[in-house]
Amino acid sequence: MRLAAIFLAASSLVGIGVAQAADPVPVKIGVLNDQSGLYADLGGPGSVWAAKKAVEDFGAAAKGLKVEVLAADHQNKADVGTSIARQWYDVDGVDVIVDTPNSGIALAVSGVTKEKNKVFINSGAATSDLTGKACTPNTVHWTYDTWALANGTGKAIVKTGGDTWFFLTADYAFGHALERDTSKVVTDNGGKVLGSVKVPLNNADFSSFLLQAQSSKAKIVGLANAGGDTINSIKQASEYGIVDGGQKLAGLLIFLTDVHSLGLKTAQGLNLTAAWYWDQTDANRTFADAFAKANGGKRPTMVQAGVYSGVLHYLKAVEALKSAKDGAAVVAEMKKIPTDDPLFGKGEVRIDGRHIHPMYLYEVKKPSESKGPWDYYTLKATIPANEAFRPLSESDCPLVKKG
Amino acid sequence: MFELLGIPPQALFGQLLLGLINGAFYAMLSLGLAVIFGLLNVINFTHGAQYMMGAFGAWMLLNYLGVPFWGALVLSPIIVAIIGMVIERTLLRRLYQLDHLYGLLLTFGLALIFEGLFRRQYGSSGLPYNNPLPGGTNLGFMFLPNYRAFVVVASLVVCFATWFVIERTKLGSYLRAATERPDLVQAFGIDVPRMITLTYGFGVGLAALAGVLAAPAYQVSPTMGSNLIIVVFAVVVIGGMGSIMGAILTGFGLGVIEGLTKVFYPEASSTVIFVIMAIVLMVKPAGLFGTAK
Repeated sequence: MRLAAIFLAASSLVGIGVAQAADPVPVKIGVLNDQSGLYADLGGPGSVWAAKKAVEDFGAAAKGLKVEVLAADHQNKADVGTSIARQWYDVDGVDVIVDTPNSGIALAVSGVTKEKNKVFINSGAATSDLTGKACTPNTVHWTYDTWALANGTGKAIVKTGGDTWFFLTADYAFGHALERDTSKVVTDNGGKVLGSVKVPLNNADFSSFLLQAQSSKAKIVGLANAGGDTINSIKQASEYGIVDGGQKLAGLLIFLTDVHSLGLKTAQGLNLTAAWYWDQTDANRTFADAFAKANGGKRPTMVQAGVYSGVLHYLKAVEALKSAKDGAAVVAEMKKIPTDDPLFGKGEVRIDGRHIHPMYLYEVKKPSESKGPWDYYTLKATIPANEAFRPLSESDCPLVKKG
Repeated sequence: MFELLGIPPQALFGQLLLGLINGAFYAMLSLGLAVIFGLLNVINFTHGAQYMMGAFGAWMLLNYLGVPFWGALVLSPIIVAIIGMVIERTLLRRLYQLDHLYGLLLTFGLALIFEGLFRRQYGSSGLPYNNPLPGGTNLGFMFLPNYRAFVVVASLVVCFATWFVIERTKLGSYLRAATERPDLVQAFGIDVPRMITLTYGFGVGLAALAGVLAAPAYQVSPTMGSNLIIVVFAVVVIGGMGSIMGAILTGFGLGVIEGLTKVFYPEASSTVIFVIMAIVLMVKPAGLFGTAK
């Protein structure tokens, strides 16, 4: 009798083992971003939708992956962001964190991810340090970075005569990185930086800073800020007659949602660099239509498109490895297989974690040129993939072996 | 030419003027708070949301009904004030007998609800609102946009009219009396509950008016109020809770101090007001113009 019981128990154990082998590979994706504050429109719930859409389009279930998507609000606070990341990794079994705008939080989460050997695919944050001196074997930076923005917008402006600059800089990791990278582009191309002022994040009134920019007599007022701060500075610059006085604004990081919020009357003529625009290809438009249907008619930003594309590539790597447990291994696999998806086309993830793809220089349309809401950009130039991002030869990422 | 602390005098005058403009918003908001606190003893945390609703009211009037800025300047505060009075009648009224904290919690909760509703409907990055008074005047030391000049003048008029009504008229004396001894005032045949409702409506209307004035200058967004309200509370604390003149003067004064900080040490411009608040609380806990009760 006892023997029979042992036999029964053993056979049931074997049974469990067999069932496990056939079980799908569990994957938990955590979308960590600003769900309610100044960066909520450019990422926020739209990024969660994009991650889910990627899982659906990948056909995860049919390929033996059981994917779950979680979301949380980091409220633009580094302590909140890191404690959510730790909770997700330690308690909830999350394998990968995606999106995470706000460079300060992104750098912190990248550190936690390395410590826990998970994966971090960043789309929303800008600082080029994520693949520079702070690079890790567990982080992939997908959509854009401050180097690419500076290289795109900064270079284009200096080449058309805008050779003296004054910066309004958001006073945290992102603004500092953007100012640093743009200053380098400006001076490398023969321009000069006359000064800068560090503005606290989430500042409503820029008039004082604009006045300082005005009295600097710089030809270009560079806006090294983002979201609501960029919107308010552009709006108030037009009020203070900055542009009428002969100075030009250079928005170094402008999202589609910012232009929507400014209105074309104020935003027209701005040059901007972006990784993706919804009305550029048929594949983009198809994605945008589905996005609009699910998100109250809004069009997706490059950040949201980047979340989609990044998650898709991540799932390919997990499928190849049949496991999501070893974060560094998954990222190594992501670097091994070339990237290819409907939104960002063909590309690669470089050794430093940088996703390489073309960047684009756009100009904001005049109200008369626009066919309606969300029809905002005209393509001015394509920056080919091999020029769009910081070359490895200039990299200070420890993963890059200097030859 | 002489320079003061490395800043040319032209730039300094410019910054002083800008400080006054920002101070105008602080003054109007803290005035509303002071009126409500002084007469109702309610710490109105919904104030920021009501400021935001004023701005959104202007946007909605323009985009849904075609009402221009000048119409919205009158209509939007009235609409928001009516919403405020409904809140006072149905919710706030029940809490007067209780500790301040209950009113604070209720109004804070309401603020979160309003913000959430607007964010759900309009997103977080805000909406465009065109400047009704484009252009400006070159004052020699700075370029003063016409609209900003209008804001300062409008705010000064509103602030001092309010002060005058409360401190120098018969109506104001009823109001002040009702806060001290509501039972006695009621015995003289004055409808105290209605007066309180109207006072709350007036305070809320002031917030909404500031919101309408802010719409062309700042981004009309659901979070515009919560970013500002903390600063405004600090202004009220510095001026002294419930002091009308204190709220006005500290509003303008702190605007100027903040403006100067933006020149000398911009990194600290978002914290300077709180540093001052801490110092004032240590030296004079009732605030600069407040009286200890």
